[in-house]
Amino acid sequence: MARTKRFNPDRDINVWTGPYRPYDLAKEIIVTFLAVAVIAVVLAVVFGSPDEKSVTVKSWSTADQVDFATTAITELDGTSATAQYGPPYNDVKDVSQMIGPFSIESALGVHIPVNPAQDFVLGPLSTVTGNPKLSKALAEYKAATPEQQQAWSAAYEEAVKTATVTAGTLVVPPGDYGPVGTLIGNLTQLATSGGLDASLINHAGFYSTDYTKSLLFVADGGYFSSLGDANHLSGEQWGMMNETGSYPGQPWLWLYTVWYQIPPFNGDNTFGANADALVWILMMVITAGFLLVPFIPGVRSIPRWSRVYKVIWRDYYRSQR
Amino acid sequence: MTTIDRNDVEAGIGLPEDADQWTAKIRGFLMRTLPPGRLIPDRQPSYMASWIYIFGALTMGALAMVILSGGILSLEGPTWWHTSSVGLFVNSLHLWSVELFFFFMVVHLWGKFFMAAWRGKRALTWMTGVITFLASIGAGLTGYLSQTNFDAQWISTQAKDGINAVGIGAYFNVLNFGQMLMWHIMILPLAVVAITVLHVLLVRARGIVPPIELEPADPATAVAGGEG
Repeated sequence: MARTKRFNPDRDINVWTGPYRPYDLAKEIIVTFLAVAVIAVVLAVVFGSPDEKSVTVKSWSTADQVDFATTAITELDGTSATAQYGPPYNDVKDVSQMIGPFSIESALGVHIPVNPAQDFVLGPLSTVTGNPKLSKALAEYKAATPEQQQAWSAAYEEAVKTATVTAGTLVVPPGDYGPVGTLIGNLTQLATSGGLDASLINHAGFYSTDYTKSLLFVADGGYFSSLGDANHLSGEQWGMMNETGSYPGQPWLWLYTVWYQIPPFNGDNTFGANADALVWILMMVITAGFLLVPFIPGVRSIPRWSRVYKVIWRDYYRSQR
Repeated sequence: MTTIDRNDVEAGIGLPEDADQWTAKIRGFLMRTLPPGRLIPDRQPSYMASWIYIFGALTMGALAMVILSGGILSLEGPTWWHTSSVGLFVNSLHLWSVELFFFFMVVHLWGKFFMAAWRGKRALTWMTGVITFLASIGAGLTGYLSQTNFDAQWISTQAKDGINAVGIGAYFNVLNFGQMLMWHIMILPLAVVAITVLHVLLVRARGIVPPIELEPADPATAVAGGEG
């Protein structure tokens, strides 16, 4: 004998046998569209939309040559955020975020190769012609041992802290940094001229639409993050959910962004260190729960417990009394 | 061969000898699932009397505005709006249509949650709604990444860490403008529109969910639901 399921109010319905009333669906669709169109036009006219100019390597290096040079040396010596990122950009070990004992990004490996020293500094400089001093410095740097290169870079990193800009030119106090001063000085000139912007774009022949390297380089600089802070866009300011100016941004991302604002994900601990991976996994679990609400006992009963439905269908329930 | 007149052909009255045709089977399924009165109804159950019901239609209206304004932006390319006052206005229209779309959709979603609108074999309707919401979030994010301005730079460099941390960034590179633009104007809008169409057809096929009842009025006619 077939088993009959017991009626479950959170899952089952009574087939409607009551009256039907006229409902002009086509009119509703047209009228609501027109209403939305009017509201959108009014909002667009009154509030407009933000359009803060993008940061180029040229605009960055022109506005703050010292920050540019400070960032460039970290790209050359491999201590920048991009150089230490690991997969999917480069093969740095033990830096990827972990989910328990497992790291998905490490498991997938390098898919978008980025070598900051070569791609951001040495490669673009090697395209400069007619500059014997630069060519000699490049040759000297490439011929040196890694230890020597690191010693020069460390000396330059120290010296650039007290660098100044005189008559539009970067002036770094003298130090034992070998050819590195010439390299970073020329890279800064290349950047302020706009030449470095073109060198950083991933070209597939003549055309390009890939700004991965430019964005990684620009984002390593203090100038870019200071602009983000000034525009209330940094991570602890609800990050990418916002946009420049007083605009709503993407408020629908609040449930993703909120985890970065609260313990344990904002703490100086294992959760904080792996916050990106853990928040994503948490959001995947929440999303699966959201999708499967109709099947989750307890969760699917919340509407009945809340009794909000009594308000929505108040006319119906009144008529049933 | 049995003959059939033009009126019967156009009314979809098939002959028994054609019943094995794939076409006849698909038409039969559609006629049973979505008869004209259900697909384009002019009457609704009397319990459908609340302002909350308007938010589904408002969401669709906003989606139409998003597609319309996005289509106009596409005509001149992704950087047009930086240099043209008309372009800036259309971009503003696109932005506010998106904001309205999400606002209406979220109110619609909460309304449906508190109606437990998945009851009576409507779980798939709920799930397609959730997937539309998720696809829309992707469309919104890639839109922000396709603005070719500071916001696009900032949001992409912030978004990369989370998306890289779970391996998706290796294939879905938020720093690659061309890839994000294609997702924004092709793949995700297609997904949103396709799932929305499915969602609406499911609503029409199943009808508007009746009020919550604690007991079956007649156990013989009560509909168990949840599975589809």
